[in-house]
Amino acid sequence: MISSLTQAERGAAMLITLSGMVAGLAMAAAGRGDPMGAHGWIVLAFFALFFGLLVRAAYETEAPEDRSLAYYDDPTKVGILIALAWAVIAMGMGLWVAAQLAWPDLRFDAAWSGFGRLRPVHTSGVIFGFGGNALIATSFHIMQRTSRARMPGQVAPWFVLFGFNLFCLIAASGYLMGVTQSKEYAEPEWYADIWLVVVWVVYFVLYIRTLARRREPHIYVANWYYLAFILVVAVLHIVNNLAVPASWTGAKSYSAFSGVQDAMTQWWYGHNAVAFFLTSGFLGMLYYFLPKRAGRPIYSYRLSILSFWGITFFYIWAGSHHLHYTALPHWVQTLGMTFSVMLLVPSWASAGNALMTLNGAWRKVRDDATLRFMMVAAVFYGLSTFEGSFMAIRPVNGLSHYTDWTIGHVHAGAMGWVALITFGAIYALVPGLWRRETIYSWKAVEWHFWLALAGTVIYVFAMWNSGIIQGLMWRTYGESGTLLYSFTDSLVAMHPYYVARAFGGLLFVTGAIIGAWNVVMTIRHVPRQIPAQDRPTTPKTMEPALPAAE
Amino acid sequence: MSVKDRDPLTGHQTTGHEWDGITELNTRVPRAVWIAIIVTHVWALAVWVLLPAWPLVSSYTRGILGIDQQQEVEQDILRAGLARSDWLSAIEEMPVEEIRADPALMSRIAGTAPALFGDNCAACHGAAATGGPGFPSLVDDAWLWGGDAKTVMETLRVGINAQHPDTRWAQMLAFGRDGMLSRSEIRSVTGHVRALSGAEIAPELREAGATIFAENCSSCHGAEGRGNTDLGAPDLTDEFWIYGGDESAVYRTIWDGRQGLMPAWEERLSLADRKMLTVYLQELAAEAAP
Repeated sequence: MISSLTQAERGAAMLITLSGMVAGLAMAAAGRGDPMGAHGWIVLAFFALFFGLLVRAAYETEAPEDRSLAYYDDPTKVGILIALAWAVIAMGMGLWVAAQLAWPDLRFDAAWSGFGRLRPVHTSGVIFGFGGNALIATSFHIMQRTSRARMPGQVAPWFVLFGFNLFCLIAASGYLMGVTQSKEYAEPEWYADIWLVVVWVVYFVLYIRTLARRREPHIYVANWYYLAFILVVAVLHIVNNLAVPASWTGAKSYSAFSGVQDAMTQWWYGHNAVAFFLTSGFLGMLYYFLPKRAGRPIYSYRLSILSFWGITFFYIWAGSHHLHYTALPHWVQTLGMTFSVMLLVPSWASAGNALMTLNGAWRKVRDDATLRFMMVAAVFYGLSTFEGSFMAIRPVNGLSHYTDWTIGHVHAGAMGWVALITFGAIYALVPGLWRRETIYSWKAVEWHFWLALAGTVIYVFAMWNSGIIQGLMWRTYGESGTLLYSFTDSLVAMHPYYVARAFGGLLFVTGAIIGAWNVVMTIRHVPRQIPAQDRPTTPKTMEPALPAAE
Repeated sequence: MSVKDRDPLTGHQTTGHEWDGITELNTRVPRAVWIAIIVTHVWALAVWVLLPAWPLVSSYTRGILGIDQQQEVEQDILRAGLARSDWLSAIEEMPVEEIRADPALMSRIAGTAPALFGDNCAACHGAAATGGPGFPSLVDDAWLWGGDAKTVMETLRVGINAQHPDTRWAQMLAFGRDGMLSRSEIRSVTGHVRALSGAEIAPELREAGATIFAENCSSCHGAEGRGNTDLGAPDLTDEFWIYGGDESAVYRTIWDGRQGLMPAWEERLSLADRKMLTVYLQELAAEAAP
């Protein structure tokens, strides 16, 4: 991967890694005795690794490659593999914390292995590690193909990919050491947040520059969604993480907001992280891989427009539904509730657009587990967006809030929608990307599909039952007009569902392990095959034999 | 591709664009979608008119229903309190013995006290009030401060070694750690203490221990080790132990001393709640009694 860099690019990469090493050393020195010091060593080691690789390759000659003849796919390949590694690690963590809830002794009494520290490793690992890497990798693939243009430069994509993973590493290792801002999905402390801003701006510029080089008159829908994902996540991340570090030599910081304003900012962020990270980005994935795999045109361009702008506009308002019946003023709650309900139709328009696209390809859905992953993902997307709008209605929320119903809802989205569309995209992507004839084992893909679906269904049903029972027990009054159940009674009632949930998680993570194995075996053992046409061309020269002259 | 193709399956035209093999149909948005959009938006408009919804410069639109969540909660609490007030005030005023004789009140308590106990007491004393290591059982006959209703009510009110001005206060000294007794002296007094509740101990050990006990322990636990509920000193002659009655546990208690803690509940539970808990404990103890 380094041999394909020009000398100038190698120089730039060396400069970046050297600066990173200096920054790491400074953090390690300044933060002695604080978790920030440990993070300094991680940063130093991380950049030193890449610096070492660059030095080793310093005198290798430049590859005589004509860049106009191929898309730049190396970062996509590495991103897919990292995403799969995160999937196994983070879903495994999820299984562990699920088991801890059923059998609390499984925490083994260490500080780092407590539920409060492992849970963010699971959530960040899945959302950012698995989801984020998959989004970055597929976005590189899609923006080049749908623009018919190669990415400009070869340093920025690596900077984005590895820089993002450094953020994930700092986040996960920080949680285990007890570093947290106590903001859900925004737990990492100030220096990690600043680093992510740098990475994210480079990502945005890279995306825009690739689009600017496009040889298509129009920008495809998938790119709208990826751009919305990148742009809005940047805004959310920066605002919610505004904080004052307690000192420049330690990890602790204090939020710029306080009280209910802080809560509102957090859930404006938290809800839109779901919207623009876990929905918008993955819709971009869906809009490319589903029609391509099905071999069908998108059902309706007009529905695409309607749902894109509907989602983008309405989601931003909906965050306050996380704070029903709290100190948040009543009028903010009403707005959050009504916008959540208006959001339903644009959301369903996306799911419907995807499913209608499959008309004429249902035979493929039946036979091809890869396409079935995407179809079921679209169904779960529709299901969880309906559930979300429903739960945002204030009286419904009175029952569901603070219960496992919320957990079930989130996992219907995260497992059923986000993970299934990602696995579908990966299976669709891997053979072509590595120039392989096919996937190593289609049988394993079937196994993965059914394990993932069964795991999701068991998980979600367990949490629906558990959540509704919990919600009802907490509000059941006896004949005396007093509460009938203690909190412990509700915990005892939860136990069987917690066991079922852990079992569902076990099935799901088993599927992910099979998937990762299958991808690795495909790369290692399946014979090579060059696809007919997979390179930047001008619209005029559609024939595969005639690559465009730049 | 600039020619607008027609999809043979649906008969719809494409938009004429193509990206990496992907095309789009220019299908009209189905009528059902427009209807659903209108329904949800009309509903939202109605809610905005009825409820507090939009911010103004220094206020917000109140909604024609005049609902406010703060007032709703206050009214709910008031209503619920009123509905319970007849029997709650009876419980507040009547002595425990009379309450226990009143089947109507007892059925109210049976529907309330278990959840009260579960949310406030079970974390230390166990779901069945049988205690655990370091926390006394509340259903046996052994009471540190006395088990009659009035005393239990008072213990609930002020707690033990708690941050209440009237709290019950008791401390067993750390005889070993603070150097009041040597290791061998503690060993012999341990023997004596265990013999008080019927353990078989070598006579010479017991004899030496008896003297030490008389000099150091009897002021609180009494000459015969039967304890003193005025001081919160436990009876050492029964078979009930809070911190364990085997040799190493008793030794450790004497070496390190003990100072158990129970929170004061006066601020957190109402008088009626505390009385219901007292009644509940008496009922549990009666059930547990052989």
